[in-house]
Amino acid sequence: MDQNFDFNAPHSMGTTIIGVTYNGGVVLGADSRTSTGVYVANRASDKITQLTDNVYVCRSGSAADSQVVSDYVRYFLHQHTIQLGQPATVKVAANLVRLLAYNNKNFLQTGLIVGGWDKYEGGQIYGVPLGGTIVQQPFAIGGSGSSYLYGFFDQAWKDGMTKDEAEELVKKAVSLAIARDGASGGVVRTVIINSEGVTRNFYPGDQLPIWHDELESHNSLLDILGAPEPMNI
Amino acid sequence: MDSVSESQRTLYPYVTGSSVVAIKYKDGILMAADMGGSYGSTLRYKSVERLKPIGKHSLLGASGEISDFQEIMRYLDELILYDNMWDDGNSLGPKEVHNYLTRVMYNRRNKFNPLWNSLVLGGVKKGQKYLGTVNMIGINFEDNHVATGLGNHLARPILRDEWNENLTFEEGVRLLEKCMRVLLYRDRSAVNKIQ
Repeated sequence: MDQNFDFNAPHSMGTTIIGVTYNGGVVLGADSRTSTGVYVANRASDKITQLTDNVYVCRSGSAADSQVVSDYVRYFLHQHTIQLGQPATVKVAANLVRLLAYNNKNFLQTGLIVGGWDKYEGGQIYGVPLGGTIVQQPFAIGGSGSSYLYGFFDQAWKDGMTKDEAEELVKKAVSLAIARDGASGGVVRTVIINSEGVTRNFYPGDQLPIWHDELESHNSLLDILGAPEPMNI
Repeated sequence: MDSVSESQRTLYPYVTGSSVVAIKYKDGILMAADMGGSYGSTLRYKSVERLKPIGKHSLLGASGEISDFQEIMRYLDELILYDNMWDDGNSLGPKEVHNYLTRVMYNRRNKFNPLWNSLVLGGVKKGQKYLGTVNMIGINFEDNHVATGLGNHLARPILRDEWNENLTFEEGVRLLEKCMRVLLYRDRSAVNKIQ
């Protein structure tokens, strides 16, 4: 990389986003890095955005595109909820996202994971990648960091996990992706959605597992260094 | 100047399905496709249904961009709905659905905004078997055996050699399985889960 950092490059979210169903609801997870070219524009962004009380979406790709799609969907869902007289289903939310993504496929560059809980179908995860395909899956991964997680999930994913197992899996996966993907970083945020409601969690680097070749974090090296020994010179 | 005309054009596909293979057999139609959705070279989705029933008489198989296939399904759902609403005892058969799809695909191609799919439409109505195909540039035809994508190069030679009018169900299934196996060996975007 040369010295000409383009601070006005479009904000792209690089990103690792994950959505996982468990028996009783869903867990959504994401990193928190937003980059413009090589510069990290925001190291504590929140990529898990609320659409309704019971449906959230993980955003990846262009920050602007994903924000504007979320805003439109939130607006439409709000009206839909009023008309319907009850909470919107996850399927409706996901299909609205698909509609916008598909009909504007030439302009948008954003991959989204819609996850939530409703009383009809319980916890559901829908992936809406580039192009506007909609795919319901027991778990979904997206963003640049997801490339490093296909193998991990093929091995570690199990049906019928508990809430805690699912959240551990998501935390582990996002932190693995952050370890290897330059475009993902910062903290790990998770959102758990089930019949009881929504819980937001936040895990900074020192609460995440250490992977190969990584070091434990300290406030200062002085904490682990002893007094220097005199040298023979 | 050109701000309006560029409003929509599919330039390239993102999530794609690989080949579909179909044959006529003694009692009707057999169709097979794998359940993979590829994202470039990554085999990203492994449970994508690419074969769907249409109305009472037909089966539609699609390869190419999955989001466009999902949109085609919406058009067809509306078509079948209106057909049922007539409530006149008549129902759209495979030939009619194939014709509708051909018109849709060709007109989109003329507007330089194709639906990036190759479709196989097969069905039986009043004992008459029908098997046709249409692709993103509007080329359409019917035949005793059709395939899309790499299937044209790998599966059709096998079918040309081994197809006959009186295949039983078992023989037909075995023939299609043979084609799907060759595609799994030789097509990089095939997965080993089939419908």
